[in-house]
Amino acid sequence: MDLSSISPTLLIASLMVAATPILLAAIGELIVEKAGVLNLGVEGMMITGAICGFAIAVETGSPVIGFIAAAAGGALLSLIFGVLTQYLLSNQVATGLALTLFGLGLSSLMGQSYVGIKPPQTNKLDIPVLSDIPVLGPILFNHDIMVYFALALVVLVWLGLNRTRAGLVLRAVGENHDAAHALGYKVIRVRLLAIMFGGACAGLGGAYLSLIRVPQWTEGMTAGAGWIALAIVVFGAWRPFRVLLGAYLFGGVTVLQLNLQAAGLAIPVEYLSMSPYLITIAVLVVMSAKRGRTSLAAPASLGRIFHASQ
Amino acid sequence: MNALLDLDGLTKAYPGVVANDDVSFSIQEGEVHALLGENGAGKSTLVKMIYGLVKPDSGTMQLRGSSFAPPEPRAARASGVAMVFQHFSLFEALDVAENIALGMENPPAMRELAARITEVSQNYGLPLDPSRLVGELSAGERQRVEIIRCLLQNPKLLIMDEPTSVLTPQEVEILFKTLETLKSEGTSILYISHKLEEIRRLCDSATILRLGKKVATCNPREETAKAMAEMMVGSTLHQPERKPHKTQEVALQLHDLTLPAQSAFGTTLKNISFSVQKGEILGIGGVAGNGQDELTAALSGEALSDAGAIEMHGKPIGQMGPNARREIGLLAAPEERLGHAAAPDMSLIENALLTGDIRKGLSRRGFLNWPKAKAFAENVIAEFDVRTPGPGNAARALSGGNLQKFVIGREILQAPEVLVINQPTWGVDAAAAADIRQALLDLAANGAALVVISQDLDELMEISDRFAALNEGRLTEPVPAFGLSVEQIGLMMGGAHDLEAVQ
Repeated sequence: MDLSSISPTLLIASLMVAATPILLAAIGELIVEKAGVLNLGVEGMMITGAICGFAIAVETGSPVIGFIAAAAGGALLSLIFGVLTQYLLSNQVATGLALTLFGLGLSSLMGQSYVGIKPPQTNKLDIPVLSDIPVLGPILFNHDIMVYFALALVVLVWLGLNRTRAGLVLRAVGENHDAAHALGYKVIRVRLLAIMFGGACAGLGGAYLSLIRVPQWTEGMTAGAGWIALAIVVFGAWRPFRVLLGAYLFGGVTVLQLNLQAAGLAIPVEYLSMSPYLITIAVLVVMSAKRGRTSLAAPASLGRIFHASQ
Repeated sequence: MNALLDLDGLTKAYPGVVANDDVSFSIQEGEVHALLGENGAGKSTLVKMIYGLVKPDSGTMQLRGSSFAPPEPRAARASGVAMVFQHFSLFEALDVAENIALGMENPPAMRELAARITEVSQNYGLPLDPSRLVGELSAGERQRVEIIRCLLQNPKLLIMDEPTSVLTPQEVEILFKTLETLKSEGTSILYISHKLEEIRRLCDSATILRLGKKVATCNPREETAKAMAEMMVGSTLHQPERKPHKTQEVALQLHDLTLPAQSAFGTTLKNISFSVQKGEILGIGGVAGNGQDELTAALSGEALSDAGAIEMHGKPIGQMGPNARREIGLLAAPEERLGHAAAPDMSLIENALLTGDIRKGLSRRGFLNWPKAKAFAENVIAEFDVRTPGPGNAARALSGGNLQKFVIGREILQAPEVLVINQPTWGVDAAAAADIRQALLDLAANGAALVVISQDLDELMEISDRFAALNEGRLTEPVPAFGLSVEQIGLMMGGAHDLEAVQ
């Protein structure tokens, strides 16, 4: 076993890359759940985004157009969920699970002719001067634009939720949809917009996998990333920065265990493979257990069907 | 003085009931106007029409001389009508300032709003910290949030629906000071309550409703509480021809039962003591929300108390759960039929099993005796004239009166030694109600002790041997129901704890 082959600098740099798809999906789902909707279809929306982004990027040769297409694809798929749950009042859990299955099937159908192709390369933003700083440079300033976009999105979501009127209305809808309705807010419209935002974010996360992290298209390539994103939202107590922490922690342990496997650590591979899941959940549980008010953290109307009967 | 709001001939009918029948009165500028009446007298419907939640079938309203017909609450708010609801419409996980901002059409920036909340709340003697989470506030503080939400809109008319029902006496004192300040500033207040002493203290005039009709408008300061109670209850209370009950062995005894409120809006039971003898019916009256549900739960075993606080045949049972109490013959029927007394989506057979298993032996070694359960359910249906196609029907499918007959029949046919019933005939048509009352009288005649909790005074007078009233979690001394006058009942309900003070 040779631990010296693991470079801390490269490890942290690849951690950010590994965490980005989950972070994107989780921050979108956070908004959805803050509006009181439980969309379990994250996995399906991610993989649909992955193939939409991949196909369009290959056809146009532009990764940027690919990412836009991925967001559109994810949002479109989430709209099916939105219409079913908000207008037709279907059960959110069942509909979300169905969406995941549908997304997995749809993406393999769409992706049949794209297996084995290489997508156009997304360039790293070689930020001059800053990226030349030793150690910090390669860690922080030598990534593709989506890594920074995801980080900016976390900050924007936090600001939007806590500092704007729209964010306040969104939280109010998620807390008590009857009271929000009585005060004259459009519960269903707010929720549909939130669902579409969540779908777009999940789509971006999926495209990040197929266009940058892997980068190629294989069936079922999200491999549970959507479920991890869902778990991180819950264990992160619906707080944007805790979701960021959870995603980076998961990414970090994933990269570390891959490196350890490569270094030939004398632990069965199965244990190493399960470690990211165990450690992320354990850390987030311990963190949220400390605060007595976690029960207040979950949006009170989460998963409940709203019908304006008055 | 000029009228701020004129109501003229307001009528609103719902299927089967006329909630408001030709109600007319005026609220003057800067007065506190009380709206009095028993449950179901039509107070809420009337207020909802003023606030734009319900449209009147006929009749008109005028606000400062111009026609006023708000299609929705937003329009009423824009015209200067604000309302503090009995059940608050707040967001628990949001802080005070956010809650208030959500109720405003054009809220200022958060920091500015917080400053205004602090300022207004200090001016009116209702201190509130804008940054606290509403979920952490007491009921009184939550009400302040609603009041300040209204005050920030500078209302001309403030409607308050039973504002003191969830408040402690100290909080009531603070609220009254605030309302007096508002009145001195020229705001009119429409104040809904059953509490006569409060109204005598606070209000300039009072409109009394009974069964949807206006009975009178009077000056509460010139009327006695007795006179108002008579107007509210009606002087036609049925005087039952019942012989005084013969003294027998005590079946159920409560000693100083004290039980803290189980939920934020619950009532704390305070030092409740009474005894019920075999063959006797104790009627417990009182305005809703004064501890009826809590007392039912404490008696049925849903809420446990000190072991010795409740005794049956001299044995302490306060720590026994509902099934242990059923085993020794104490049965109960709670107020809420669907969801509490019966599981809505389960069949009548299954519902019969749920409470009847122990006393009727409907299961053996963990396996249900289905034919026996079906026979029991069919027996209840036949004996109590429950109108349903069969015992396999879901409880939800029955009408209110039929389900109530089923629920009460289910308990009575288990031959209880003590039966506790909350609201036996609530929402039940007259014929079914008479059947239920007769069944209760028959049960008592066979030697069972009954505790009947109800808001229907006629009913209590008809069947009770003794009567007591619940008020803010306290129970008055039970007195013989025979010959009890309307004014005595009204005063017992209104909070005069000693009947001697009345006489």
